[in-house]
Amino acid sequence: MSKLAELRSTRWAAWLPAIIAVVAVALFPLFRPPLDATMSDVIQALAYVVMALGLNIVVGFAGLLDLGYVAFYAFGALAAGWFASDHFSKVNGGEGVHIGVSEFVTTAFPQGIHVSFLLIMIGAIIVTAVAGAVIGLPTLRLRGDYIAIVTLAFGEIISRFAANGDEVVIKGYALSNGRESISPIDQLNLPLVGEFDSATNLRLYFWLALALVLVVLFVNFRLRDSRLGRAWIALREDEVAAASMGVPLVRTKLTAYAIGATFGGIAGAFLGVYNNSVNANQFQFGISIFLLAMVILGGLGSIWGVVIGAVLLSFVNTYVIPDVLDKGSFNNLLSDVGLDFTFGEIKFGVFGFILVLMMVLRPQGLLPERRRAIELTEGTGGDDAIVETRA
Amino acid sequence: MAAASISTGRPKGGAAVWDFISKWGLITLLVAFPLTYAGIDLANGDGLARIGNNLVAGLSNGAIWALIALGYTLVYGIIELINFAHGDVFMIGSFTAFALYSVVGLTLATGPLGLVLGLLVILLLSMLVCGSLNVMIERVAYRPLRGAPKLAPLITAVGVSFILQNVGILWFGSSQRGIPDLIKAQQELFSIGGVEVSRADLLAVAVTVPLVLLLTTFVNRSRLGKAMRATAQDPEAARLMGINVDTTISLTFLLGGLLAGAAGLIYALYQTNVWYFQGFTAGLIAFTAAVMGGIGNLRGAVLGGLIIGIIQQISDNRIGNEWTPAVVFAYLVLIMVFRPQGLIGEETREAG
Repeated sequence: MSKLAELRSTRWAAWLPAIIAVVAVALFPLFRPPLDATMSDVIQALAYVVMALGLNIVVGFAGLLDLGYVAFYAFGALAAGWFASDHFSKVNGGEGVHIGVSEFVTTAFPQGIHVSFLLIMIGAIIVTAVAGAVIGLPTLRLRGDYIAIVTLAFGEIISRFAANGDEVVIKGYALSNGRESISPIDQLNLPLVGEFDSATNLRLYFWLALALVLVVLFVNFRLRDSRLGRAWIALREDEVAAASMGVPLVRTKLTAYAIGATFGGIAGAFLGVYNNSVNANQFQFGISIFLLAMVILGGLGSIWGVVIGAVLLSFVNTYVIPDVLDKGSFNNLLSDVGLDFTFGEIKFGVFGFILVLMMVLRPQGLLPERRRAIELTEGTGGDDAIVETRA
Repeated sequence: MAAASISTGRPKGGAAVWDFISKWGLITLLVAFPLTYAGIDLANGDGLARIGNNLVAGLSNGAIWALIALGYTLVYGIIELINFAHGDVFMIGSFTAFALYSVVGLTLATGPLGLVLGLLVILLLSMLVCGSLNVMIERVAYRPLRGAPKLAPLITAVGVSFILQNVGILWFGSSQRGIPDLIKAQQELFSIGGVEVSRADLLAVAVTVPLVLLLTTFVNRSRLGKAMRATAQDPEAARLMGINVDTTISLTFLLGGLLAGAAGLIYALYQTNVWYFQGFTAGLIAFTAAVMGGIGNLRGAVLGGLIIGIIQQISDNRIGNEWTPAVVFAYLVLIMVFRPQGLIGEETREAG
């Protein structure tokens, strides 16, 4: 008890570095040119933070290993692809459907369905929540590693549909454009903010991504400290004990899947619009593992840990691998010893390596949740949690 | 629903009914797939030759999946771990075999005797490579996590799988690579009523059957096999009886790797192309086979492999091979949800 009280008292002081960090990140675009490559990398990283936080709810809080998380990214991105482009070109007799979009979009893209981003976001949240629950449903009877494989299978089925969607033609419309892109996607136009344009200025996208991260973070913290969050953690630690204490297993697990999935949908819809194209190559199995590596690296169940893990791995992905390892002196060093390869082609191998290394050497992650740290030193009765090891 | 995930069994009477429904439901689903297409062929007046060819090719493909599935089932049986990297070990087997073609000096011009001898040497070598690779993976990635919760080694297994895939990329590049068709795999040996049996089909059976017989004899008769079965049943008790559990587990990984290596060579000869990603798909197909037969059960893995081979072949041929993974995964999900113990499997703690 004394430790818990101690934690509470230090809680507010602990927010200070976070607030400083957020302000620093928010001011960052002002010091960069409007079309900056670094800014675009950070936007990508922020979107990954949103997805990693979603995956963290399923894997970190509820302890259900999900290897098919990329499916929700696909749902979100496809929602943007369908409802903010010319994809359904003959709808409404070729005159298109326009709901809440700007004058510019209406005149420039008369065909297809064009719906305001806010509505797409709401739609993506609903669709992914339902999809998450549907995928979660069959896993209720299973435990542990079987859940992982079933989610993997679902994820692969959905990415197969995205990849071969050009063959699935319903009423003259393909499900997706397969490996070709659905493009262009409408630029954002938010009330009070105005028109976004990723071709000339990335700042608005940057701040939107940051805002999404902050909202998702807020939701994550509130969820973790809620009755539901405590139920998830109880479930993770010991399913049998949790059930006998009155935690409703079915509802608790399904909400974990559904809420975790919505974050993937939010990030997917955002990335679809931001990248201005949606294609099946974006939904590889590797992305699921990339996200899992973020969660493991940061620390399962630790919100700040996951944020740091996501930022670190995005940084490795967009900066360390292409600009440090594959360029200049390090690459020369490699070719001098006769190794002729770039890390860019084997980046998923690098993430796999990080996964193994972390799991073997530091399973609790870089920044373990403090509650977890106490559990690790003082122990709990459970043996189903992921991060506990006899280190 | 909620209680079912906790208790290890259902009530007696209900259990029998559910067991009956799920078993025969699964069998119906499996049989319906080829029967539908046979019906379509007959309705079109095409006869049964096409479905017959599908079945033959499916069975020989299934022989490869069976060899891989045995590796999954052996490992799962003994330490209850889905060795996610197993499919990629198989991929390394194919790569090794192809790399050895030129080392051993096999070309399209090699005569029959040289070919058989050379391939035997390659078979042994690629089996050895995969066997030791699998043992090494266990030592580095799974053994340190032996005491950890079960999901920890599964996560490292996924990591190892990605590492191996990328080793594959470094080795032969990231696109599919055509390799010499040493045995003229698609050449017809004989045909019965329009159903052709090719050289590749014969090869798959000729390698798989002896290996499976050897494996089952080893597990059922030998002292080490007995140690394996004892460890699978209860590692703690086995240790108390003086069985070296670590060695036994290593041995299991060795056996799984040996079979994957053999499958790798057959695959290379059969498909005449290798690809770093072949292991991922093959691994999941074989895992489906293992679960279908009942994971932990050797006969089940072989049966599952053959069945899934037929399903995969029909789907390749009729629906299009870009959809095959989706078809196989749909079966996987159905089996996992409604019949996790498989067709003839014993109930495992996890699946119950």
